[in-house]
Amino acid sequence: MAEPLDEYIDAVSKALALPVEEAWRPAVRANLEVSLRLARLVDEFALPDETEPAPIFTA
Amino acid sequence: MTTKPEMTAAEIASAVAGRKMSALDATEAALARIKQHDGILNSFTDVTADRARAKARAIDADIAAGKEVGPLAGVPFAVKNLFDVAGLPTRAGSKINRDLAPSKRDATLIERMEASGAVLVGALNMGEYAYDFTGENVHDGPSRNPHDTTRMTGGSSGGSGSAVGGALVPIALGSDTNGSIRVPSSFCGIFGLKPTYGRLSRARSFPFVASLDHLGPFARSVTDLALAYDAMQGPDADDGACTTRGLEPTLPLLANPVSDLRIAIAGGHFQKNVFPEAVEAVSRVAKALGATKVVDVPEASRARAAAYVITTTEGASLHLDRLRKRPNDFDPAVRDRLIAGAMVPAALVDRAQKFRRWYRAQLAEIFKTVDVLIAPATPCTAPKLGQVNFNLDGVELPVRANIGIHTQPISFIGLPVVAVPVPLEPLPIGVQIICAPWREDIALRVAYALEQMGVASAPAPRGL
Repeated sequence: MAEPLDEYIDAVSKALALPVEEAWRPAVRANLEVSLRLARLVDEFALPDETEPAPIFTA
Repeated sequence: MTTKPEMTAAEIASAVAGRKMSALDATEAALARIKQHDGILNSFTDVTADRARAKARAIDADIAAGKEVGPLAGVPFAVKNLFDVAGLPTRAGSKINRDLAPSKRDATLIERMEASGAVLVGALNMGEYAYDFTGENVHDGPSRNPHDTTRMTGGSSGGSGSAVGGALVPIALGSDTNGSIRVPSSFCGIFGLKPTYGRLSRARSFPFVASLDHLGPFARSVTDLALAYDAMQGPDADDGACTTRGLEPTLPLLANPVSDLRIAIAGGHFQKNVFPEAVEAVSRVAKALGATKVVDVPEASRARAAAYVITTTEGASLHLDRLRKRPNDFDPAVRDRLIAGAMVPAALVDRAQKFRRWYRAQLAEIFKTVDVLIAPATPCTAPKLGQVNFNLDGVELPVRANIGIHTQPISFIGLPVVAVPVPLEPLPIGVQIICAPWREDIALRVAYALEQMGVASAPAPRGL
């Protein structure tokens, strides 16, 4: 049975032309789960709309 | 004068400038020690012996001619192999980069070290593309801990930690994106400086995460760390992130008293997930400095999470084309992390960069009332090579993911840190001395005071 993230991995793999061989899929999925869990932790933190991202381009 | 393996850079430079030892003798001693011990330590990937001898002879000729020589005259040093070294491809721990053309010009920091009289003796092992906390490398083999060669050096500047910890060279240079100077410093029992983001030029070094990458020195004494740091400071148009601030020498300030400094222990996140040895090391440092106040660093766990997200996505962006064309030439573990990084939605990355701005403001508030924060550099002493998990308070945790939990929230906002080694038995462990942006002078001053008190020191290599 396909894991919940597999369809997403397939779609992004196509969009980025970034091949994911079947043998790599479990590790890619596990890493993506960790990244998304940590990204959600950040996302849950309410920030003012005016907050600037940290890196500022200096011309 | 004969050389002894643990001569500091300051002692070597003084002996060379004073004609008690030649630069060539100092260089030959380092080359001999590398030959004797690097078969076990595996810290070097390239030994630039011919170049080093030529440079050393030139210094000796200058001295014979009565010319002024720099403060690092005749001091052997080596660099993580992500620094460009003229004549070598910059492998950055990878197999793929070995196909690059040899570099035409040295990295800025090598040029500045050599302008001060230092002698480059080689390039050092590292985790692939710096995406590593262990010092293990599938292509070159692991660098080994000089105090117990069955253990990790920490990474990704593993060879830098091993070479200085093993006293093969008194100074090495490395990079730190999330902890890659401070972690090997901790595991190998040496001093390491991760300067303020933008302080030292990264020109002609192989990048990892542009908005988090720092370069810095490792040494066996604080004086040597300051000597190297002062030699490398200064603006550089070749690195767009490099500060335009002028030189701010730290060496003359090292012995200033620390009694006027407001020093606090970092609480919250920094007191969780630590083994007893990390608690003991922080306690010794705090006691020596008379620090009792604990300051909570708000949302440090979330900062670590945001650093992770920015790292994996910016790293994926850097390597996207190589992941398409040569996926089988990566370390599979690095490849799979980077592919996953390429799949994180952009909106979440932007959230992490915005959180970074918020978190930076919180720390700026803290540094209005505090000059120094003390925190563990690593949660534990060096794990065994290949070790996958460690048991903390009855909970099995993955080693690789947890080694950097106390370094990541600090480099995330570019604060300067000196990692000081506390020589516990049987293995040393590091403590972070963290300061406000651009206050490397204070971090080095505190490290120097700890060294003078005997609380921090680089132990002789026990595994050789």
